[in-house]
Amino acid sequence: MANRWKNTLTERDITPEAAYLDRRRFIGAGIGLGLMGLAGTARSETLEPNPWEDITQYNNFYEFGTGKDDPARNAHTLTTDPWTVRIDGLVDKPGEYAFEDIMNAMTVEERIYRFRCVEAWSMVIPWNGFELADLLAMAGVQSGAKYVAFETLYRPEEMPGQRFPVLKWPYVEGLRLDEAMHPLTIMATGIYGKDIPNQNGAPLRLVVPWKYGFKSIKSVVRITLTDTQPPTAWNTALGSEYGFYSNVNPQVDHPRWSQASERVIGGGLFARKQPTLMFNGYEEEVASLYAGMDLRENY
Amino acid sequence: MLAAKLNGWMRHIPVWAVWLVALLPVPALLYLAATGGLGREPIEALEHELGEIALKLLILGLCITPLRRFFGINLLRFRRALGLLAFTYVALHLLVWLVLDVQILSQIWADILKRPYITIGMAGFVLMIPLAVTSNNLSVRKLGPRWVKLHRLTYAAVLLAGVHFVMVRKGFQFEPLIYLAVIGLLIGLRFLPKQSRRVSKAVP
Ligand code: HEM
Repeated sequence: MANRWKNTLTERDITPEAAYLDRRRFIGAGIGLGLMGLAGTARSETLEPNPWEDITQYNNFYEFGTGKDDPARNAHTLTTDPWTVRIDGLVDKPGEYAFEDIMNAMTVEERIYRFRCVEAWSMVIPWNGFELADLLAMAGVQSGAKYVAFETLYRPEEMPGQRFPVLKWPYVEGLRLDEAMHPLTIMATGIYGKDIPNQNGAPLRLVVPWKYGFKSIKSVVRITLTDTQPPTAWNTALGSEYGFYSNVNPQVDHPRWSQASERVIGGGLFARKQPTLMFNGYEEEVASLYAGMDLRENY
Repeated sequence: MLAAKLNGWMRHIPVWAVWLVALLPVPALLYLAATGGLGREPIEALEHELGEIALKLLILGLCITPLRRFFGINLLRFRRALGLLAFTYVALHLLVWLVLDVQILSQIWADILKRPYITIGMAGFVLMIPLAVTSNNLSVRKLGPRWVKLHRLTYAAVLLAGVHFVMVRKGFQFEPLIYLAVIGLLIGLRFLPKQSRRVSKAVP
């Protein structure tokens, strides 16, 4: 059941990459003229996707190092073929699903989403992917299932960051079943119509656009349906700062910084901050999932 | 022998040369930040680079006394420059935070009061102000022994800076902890009984 959700960001469609490059050059030339601010606001208003370079060279993927440029530099070592995803737990058809078989069964579509990191920066990313609900339907979700647990590949030989105890490896994440089944929730396999680069979580990663970026777990090898809330990597590491829900919420600050505003990557040295939107701008679509819940308590 | 040679050699290095070399990163970083050389997010990168240089200069400053005490290497002439250079970099680090990073005036105070890592960084900076202001011959003469006492604030300031660095990073990371350990060690050396100094003097 693809296309259950329509992009609201498509009115202006994606600008072809070549046009972006030209635009970047123009922006670069404009630095001395003080045009940066203007160009920055123009982009946030029309929600044009960030250029390929922003999306693929500024990443948090601690499996490849803690610096923002470490993943782009180190992730080439990752082998993504062959790749299988183990789907197990409360499903009718548990097993190892080969990546190709998944791709053959799924309908890949484009989703232009805002992406908001917990560190108060953001991008707009034109993902290609399929709805997680379709993948879960393929495995057959049993009636007792309440949560979905995800796991990233653990392969220290290829993921040098895993040799350091920055987090408890492998990286794990989780969603409530209704969050996982929501049509906005996708498994992304591409960006700008190309295969997703290793540093962005090849060959397939979760994207939950109304939650902080760390919920969107990368390079997924295991999906488990459970009846109890699964542990999540950042919550395990520092529960007082990173909750299970981690919905984007400008009214609930991170203990160490404000979440009221964000900096759009790519704006250069004089980029203005922009206000952060409730549920990252997807309030209309997802607020009902949390009706009656105290979002300050369930951060 | 080696120390004496080194001391003789160091005497030929003018203090202004230390200033010059240590300030070179400022125009270099600004140029890189403006031209995309610091990656996709230059504000944070600039903030990090300036903070890291400041911390390194502070640690170098802490090395001067132990180098003389335990190895007979005398770099005392450069200590004031190192301290003032560190202060310069912290001030630039703070400036980038104020002007490029936070931007929103009302949020500056809120952040200083509410965010412990900012509070601690700010405390470190504030402690450095009297140190920078009194880093001149006139103050040394006027304050006399009180100058030495006042400048013990350095230890607190550098410790705060080290703790600030640990708190900035997410997860369990080695790099800031190594910095903090080095700072702890260098300060700890100050509390070793003076006896060892006499021993090293007795064997020239
Ligand atoms: C006492 C002197 C200070 C020193 C030596 C220092 C040093 C550092 C270092 C080494 C870093 C981390 C760089 C990295 O991650 O590679 C850092 C980050 C940072 N510092 Fe300082 N700092 C000082 C004072 C301050 C003050 C006064 C403020 C602001 C009021 C401040 C605000 C920040 C911020 C906002 C970050 C980066 C947080 C982020 O975006 O990741 N620091 N500092």
